[in-house]
Amino acid sequence: MRQIAIYGKGGIGKSTTSQNVVACLAEAGYKCMIVGCDPKADATRLILHKKAQTTVMDLARERGSVEDLEIDEVLLTGYRNIRCAESGGPEPGVGCAGRGVITAINFLEENGAYGEDTDFVFYDVLGDVVCGGFAMPIREGKAKEIYIVTSGEMMAMYAANNISRGILKYAQSGGVRLGGLICNSRETDKEYELISELAKRLNTHMIYFIPRENEVQRAELRRQTVIEYSPDHKQAEEYRTLAKKIAENKNFVIPTPMSMDELEELLMDFGILESEDAAV
Amino acid sequence: MKIKDHNELFLEPEYIEQFEKKKEFENPWPAEKVKEVAEWTKTLDYQEKNFARKNIKINPAKACQPLGSIFCSSGFEGSMPFVQGAQGCVAYFRSHLNRHFKEPMAAISTSMTEDAAVFGGLNNMLEGLRNAYTLYNPKMISVCTTCMAEVIGDDLNAYIRQAKDKGIIPDDLPVPFAHTPSFVGSHNTGYDNMMKGILTTITAGKKGEPNGKINIIPGFDTYTGNYREVKRLLKTMDVDFTLLSDVSDVFDSPNTGEYKMYPGGTPIDDAADSINATATIAMQKYSTTKTMNYIRKEWGQEAQALSPIGVKNTDTFFDEISRITGKPVPQEIEDERGRAVDAMVDSHPYVHGKRFALVGDPDHLLGLMSFIMEMGGIPVHIICTNGDKKFKKEADELLGENPFGQEGTVYPGKDMWHMRSLLFTDPVDLLIGNSYAKFLWRDTGTPLVRIGFPLFDRHHLHRYPIIGYQGVLNMVNWIVNTILDEMDRKTINTTSFDVIR
Repeated sequence: MRQIAIYGKGGIGKSTTSQNVVACLAEAGYKCMIVGCDPKADATRLILHKKAQTTVMDLARERGSVEDLEIDEVLLTGYRNIRCAESGGPEPGVGCAGRGVITAINFLEENGAYGEDTDFVFYDVLGDVVCGGFAMPIREGKAKEIYIVTSGEMMAMYAANNISRGILKYAQSGGVRLGGLICNSRETDKEYELISELAKRLNTHMIYFIPRENEVQRAELRRQTVIEYSPDHKQAEEYRTLAKKIAENKNFVIPTPMSMDELEELLMDFGILESEDAAV
Repeated sequence: MKIKDHNELFLEPEYIEQFEKKKEFENPWPAEKVKEVAEWTKTLDYQEKNFARKNIKINPAKACQPLGSIFCSSGFEGSMPFVQGAQGCVAYFRSHLNRHFKEPMAAISTSMTEDAAVFGGLNNMLEGLRNAYTLYNPKMISVCTTCMAEVIGDDLNAYIRQAKDKGIIPDDLPVPFAHTPSFVGSHNTGYDNMMKGILTTITAGKKGEPNGKINIIPGFDTYTGNYREVKRLLKTMDVDFTLLSDVSDVFDSPNTGEYKMYPGGTPIDDAADSINATATIAMQKYSTTKTMNYIRKEWGQEAQALSPIGVKNTDTFFDEISRITGKPVPQEIEDERGRAVDAMVDSHPYVHGKRFALVGDPDHLLGLMSFIMEMGGIPVHIICTNGDKKFKKEADELLGENPFGQEGTVYPGKDMWHMRSLLFTDPVDLLIGNSYAKFLWRDTGTPLVRIGFPLFDRHHLHRYPIIGYQGVLNMVNWIVNTILDEMDRKTINTTSFDVIR
C-alpha cells in the first residue's frame, strides 16, 4: 500500500488533480482511497458525485463523541469503487481544525478503514502545513510520498517552498519524501521552465505539467472527474499520464527549501520580477 | 499552644458569625427555597431531567489517559514517566496517585507554556529528555502527552528520533511513547496505550527461543495487594511468569528512611523477553484491549483477559493457568478456596437478598457483580462512566444469565450524580464505589463499601487484595461488616441490638 499526501496553496487545484489522478489509477485497476483532510470537505466530491459527504467530525459533533461512530457511516464508495473519507472539522473561525484531522485519521486507522488490499491512499490536505495537525498525514507510518501542486504564480511557488520546509522537518526524522511538483498550469509566463527550475532548486523534479483546459471545469460543474465525464478528451489523457508517472515514480528526495530572497532571485532570473520591483 | 484543625476551627463563634455576614453580600436564595429544590432533586421528575443531561458530567468515576499511562510506566525498573505537556497536569497525576497510595512518585513534565503552544513542543521535549537523562539516570524514559501537546499535534516519534540523532540521549536508551489525549477515553485507555508502546519498543528485535514463561498484565490495578497476591499464588503453583508493569514495590515500598527514586518494578530485560513467552494473561480486559490485540497479532501468542475477582472468576483463572502451563493447582490453593467459600457461607444470611449499587471501572464492576451474585446479593444500579457498548453488552449478559441479576440495569457513560438520583428513587442496601462515592453516602445515607480507585479517605485498603480467594475473603469482610455496622446503627436502643450477628 502506497500512502500519498497532496499539498499546495489553497485553490491551486489539489482536490481536482488528486481526484482525477485517483480516478485514472482506479481505471487502471488499482484499489484506491481518498482521505480528505480539510474542514471544507470537498476532496471527494467528484468521486462521490455529491458535495460534502458525512464527515467524521460532523458525525462526532452530532453524536457528542467520535467513539460513537461506526466506520461504515463515514467511509463511502464512489466512482470505480474508490473509497472516500472526509475528516471534516469545525465551522470557520472556531475550534481547532488541525486536531480534527488528527482525530479523524486516528479513527479511520483504529477502525481498519485502510484495508489490506488497498494499493493507494491519497491524503488531500488543506492549503499549507499550518500546524501540527495538518502534518498528521506525513507522520511516521502514514504517507511517505508527498506531491506539491503548484503553478507559475508567485504565491503558489512561495507556498510550495514553504511546504517543502514542513516536509524537511519530518523528512529529517522520518521516512517521508518529496515525490515531485505537479504544475497545474495557469498559463503564466515561462511557467514550464520556471516550475522545472523551482523543482530543481528544491532538489526534486516537476513530475508533470497539466495544461489548462476548460473541460476540467465542465466536468467539475457536473460533479465528475474528466475521466468519468469525457474519458476520450485529451485532458483525460493528460491525467492518465500523470497517474502513470506517479505510479512509476522512483524519485523521492529530502527537499532543499529556499530562502525568500533566493525565490525572488529565481523570479528575477526568469525576467518575471524586475530588480527594482523586488527592491520596493 | 493548641492548634485547631479545620474540623473544629470553623465551628468557632467568629467563623459562624462570618459565614452569616457573608450572606449579606452573596444575596443567596432563601434557605426554604434551597431546601425545596434540594427535596425536588430526590424525585423521579428530577431524575428524568438528570438522565437527559448532555453537556455536563458531575462527579464522573474516571481519571484521564496520562494518569493511566504514567501509572503503567512506573511499574518497570528504572523507568521514568515523562509527560510532554503542561506542569499542572502532571502535578495532578502525581498528587492523585500520592493520595491513594500515600507514597511519593516521580514523573517529569516538559513544562509546555504559551510559546510551546505556538511553536510546537520540540524544544521542550529535547531539553526535558536531556535533563531527565542527566539528572535522574533512568533505564527507560516512557513518554506520554497531555491535551495541550495533542491539540497542537506534537509528533512524539519524530521528536524522540531527533533527540537520539542529536545525541541528547543515547541511541540505545529505550524511550517508548504513547499519544494520550485526556479528552479521549480514560485512565484505562492511557494504560493500554502506554503498555503497548512500552512492549513494542523494548521487545523490538528480541524474538528468540521460547522461554516457557507466561506474561501477566495486571491492567490499571491500584491494589498493591493484588500484585503481591498474584505473585504469591503463581509461585505457589510453581509457574514461571513475568508480571508486566509490577507497581507493587513502587507504590508500596518499605520505609527505610532513605528515598529511592526507582524502588522496584519489572526488570526491563525480563519485560523484553516477554515476547518469547508461551501466553499472556491480562487481569483486566478493558484496560488492555489494544495491547492484547498487539500481542496476538505481532507476537503470535495466546492472549486472553481473565479477571480473578470472585470465586467463579478465580476458578477460571487457575484452570486456564493450569491448562497453559500444565501445572496442577496445588492443595494449598484448593484449601484457600475452601476457606473463602466457608466465609461466604458464614456471612451469606446477611448478604443474601441485599440490593447493591455499584460504580467503578468496567473490569472491577464485572468482577464485583459476579461476586455479589455468588453471595446472593442483587446488583441493581451499575454505573460505569468509562464503560462502552461492549462493556454494557458483557455486563447485561452476566446479569441476564443469573437469577440474582434480573433487577440490574447497567449505565455506561453515566456519572455519580446520575447515581444520586437512582439511590433516591429506587433505594438500595449497599453502595460500592471509590472515595468520591462518599458524597452519595452523605446525601442518600446508603452505606458505602470502598472498593475501586481512588481511595483517598480510608487508609491501607489498597494493600489488601481483591483478587483470588484471599480477595474473596477481604470483600466478604468489608461487605458483611458494613452491613452489620449499619444494622447496629439502625437497631440501637431497640430489642434487636444484639451482640451476636
